[in-house]
Amino acid sequence: MTKKLSELKKGEKAVIVNVNLNGLTRRRLYDLGFIPGTIIQVAFESPLGDPVAYFIKDTLIALRRNESENIDVELIN
Amino acid sequence: MFWKKLKSKTENFVQVEIIPSRKNKIVALAGNPNTGKSTIFNRLTGLKQHTGNWPGKTVTRAEGEFEINDEVYTLIDLPGTYSLLSTSEDEEIARDFVLFGNPDTTVIVCDASVLERNLNLAFQIMQITNRCILCINLIDEAKRKGIEIDKDVIEKELGIPVVLTNARSGEGIESLKEKIFLVSNRILKPNPRKIEHKKEIKDKLNQLIPLIDKAFPGLYSTEWIALRLLQGDEKIRKAIENGNLLELINKGLFNGNEEFRN
Amino acid sequence: MEMKNLEIREEINQILEIVESCDQEIRNKLDDILVEEIYINASKIVQRAVRKKSNGIYQLELKLDQLLTSKYFGFPLMLLLLAGIFFITIKGANYPSKLLAFGFFWLEEQLKLLFNYLSAPWWVTGFLVDGVYRSLAWVVSVMFPPMAIFFPIFTMLEDAGYLPRVAFNLDKLFKWAGAHGKQALTMGMGFGCNAAGVVSTRIIDSPRERLIAILTNNFVPCNGRWPLIIMLATVFVAASFPASISSFVAAGTVVGVTLFGIAITLLVSKLLSKTLLKGEPSAFKLELPPYRKPQILKILYTSFIDRTLPVLKRAILMAAPAGGLIWLMGNIFVSGKSLMNYGVEFLNPIGKAIGLDGAILLAYIIAIPANEIIIPTIIMIYSNQSKMVELEISQLKELFIQNEWTVLTAISLMLFSLLHYPCSTTTLTIYKETKSVKWTIVSNLLPLAIAFIICFLVFRIGLLIS
Repeated sequence: MTKKLSELKKGEKAVIVNVNLNGLTRRRLYDLGFIPGTIIQVAFESPLGDPVAYFIKDTLIALRRNESENIDVELIN
Repeated sequence: MFWKKLKSKTENFVQVEIIPSRKNKIVALAGNPNTGKSTIFNRLTGLKQHTGNWPGKTVTRAEGEFEINDEVYTLIDLPGTYSLLSTSEDEEIARDFVLFGNPDTTVIVCDASVLERNLNLAFQIMQITNRCILCINLIDEAKRKGIEIDKDVIEKELGIPVVLTNARSGEGIESLKEKIFLVSNRILKPNPRKIEHKKEIKDKLNQLIPLIDKAFPGLYSTEWIALRLLQGDEKIRKAIENGNLLELINKGLFNGNEEFRN
Repeated sequence: MEMKNLEIREEINQILEIVESCDQEIRNKLDDILVEEIYINASKIVQRAVRKKSNGIYQLELKLDQLLTSKYFGFPLMLLLLAGIFFITIKGANYPSKLLAFGFFWLEEQLKLLFNYLSAPWWVTGFLVDGVYRSLAWVVSVMFPPMAIFFPIFTMLEDAGYLPRVAFNLDKLFKWAGAHGKQALTMGMGFGCNAAGVVSTRIIDSPRERLIAILTNNFVPCNGRWPLIIMLATVFVAASFPASISSFVAAGTVVGVTLFGIAITLLVSKLLSKTLLKGEPSAFKLELPPYRKPQILKILYTSFIDRTLPVLKRAILMAAPAGGLIWLMGNIFVSGKSLMNYGVEFLNPIGKAIGLDGAILLAYIIAIPANEIIIPTIIMIYSNQSKMVELEISQLKELFIQNEWTVLTAISLMLFSLLHYPCSTTTLTIYKETKSVKWTIVSNLLPLAIAFIICFLVFRIGLLIS
């Protein structure tokens, strides 16, 4: 089932399906490894709830909700 | 002595010209943020430049000198970047130098624990220059995490020399120097693995490259310019249209902060 | 030139034609495909060449991360850490400062004896000893010990990887202000030196957000301003509390001033992104690097060589001529009044309106090149009018009280120091980074206006309360 990355709960793992962003933001996310087929896991969120840190390709990357809302993922168990 | 050292430090803070004088052989140090790149820089040059543990610490290019076999090399520490494709000022400095500064060797520094993501930048640099070395740093940290790296396999797969280092202790620095010597003096000729473009792109490149070389003779990295044109880079397109590409590159193609001017 | 252009015109047209003829869809996906291909290749290579035993080590780091960024402990821990750094700095700097001041005062006596012995004219002794030497002695004894303690501690946090976590924790506030979370990192740099902070804004991609970060970096107190804030917090605010807790009160006050600066940064950022620099916050992506054990010895060395010494050196270079200038102003008389008196009297009404006085404002004008010499300058202006005091912190308070200072004056001065305008080095850096005269002027006038408004308000409200 396809979900938005922002909808994942802490500790949940998923595969990136699509990055629905354009321009520089898309470029940057691609460079950081946010590419369809990549496994991503929610690590922890900041004290105010946004941004959220994700574990992707052995690194912690923090994204704001504005971006994570636009990344489609498929939950894996 | 002491004050002299201080002086050289403050000079490091000033942004230097894009193409330094070619008195010495030039070695560029590229790499992602947090790979211990500045520690490598310090190890090679002996200059105690401060290194920080967060992205974008080296915001200006630092320069230093070191010797191999009594020959002096100039080492340029480029800002840490994830890629050459995006366009923040840091990345443009790094990219323009690798592209147009024509360094004798580019050392790509990686963090051994996150090699896979660091290879993104390595591949991008390997697309535009043959004379490069992969320096896999922080191997002690990787070992502690239970990560083992087979250097020979990577060397064979990438087609460039690979050195394992732990810059904090100095491990591997001598062998890095040796590789820099071999590559800079063209004794060792790396043959990096290049990413193949789609057929349509390849065809266009084959048409574009000779034309660009004819219109702008003496250009390094023509293929990269052609690719940017195809990708839709406005700055490059304008430079080609106005016929002032070479002048712009010599001035440091993207040095102006036009966004702020008005 | 024209001819050459004509010659290559044909090639240029051909180039552009070929580019246009390429399928748009393929062109759009060019970079995407390149990066995707790279990652496929990288993944294959890593599978073949890298063996990973376990993922266990990260669990510990994850625990630490979860604590440092947790809902309940994230912010308190940040504050505690900040207060802790100030506390150690204040406590630790106290004794060496006194010792240095004592030494310098002793040396001053010897210098005077020497000048007398050489029967130097009074104005030579005055200019060199009372002017140049004294301001140098002041700068070194007041600034050196806190810097030598503050910088290594701050550098250790930096090297350990804590600062990106601070940016992560604070990002939502910056998003609210229409700015970028990485601005927190540039502010961290600004704690050391605002000029360095301005340069470090290059890590922010969006020109709009970068400009906001540049214009507001001034609101984090740099190390040239710490000594003044720390000293006033110690001498005026904390002194009325019992000795057992006065250090805590002093540290708390410094934290308060810092938080106020951060609040102003956020408000001004918000204001800018609603007015002069309208726009939506850009995308935020921040890597949280693994924690690394700081290399203590290297930090002690590099923070001394890279930070403490250059800043101290700059302060000394600025302080020496300024000290001489002040002495001259105090000793050149025009129709029975010294130049300094003219300046002080002229500025007095403006200063008084915001809880300061003419001497303080004059010091701020003389000290435009370097904030470090504000306090020594004020002291020299005062002591030129009254009797000279010894170079010791405890006696400072008496001098200030003689000149009608109250706790409210100290608070106004701390706020003025926090807000006023960037030093000339920072201003020059702002110009270099923005290449815009307009924004450089804004970067100076905006803080100055804010400083006047806030000091005025605080002073008026303070008067009402007391």
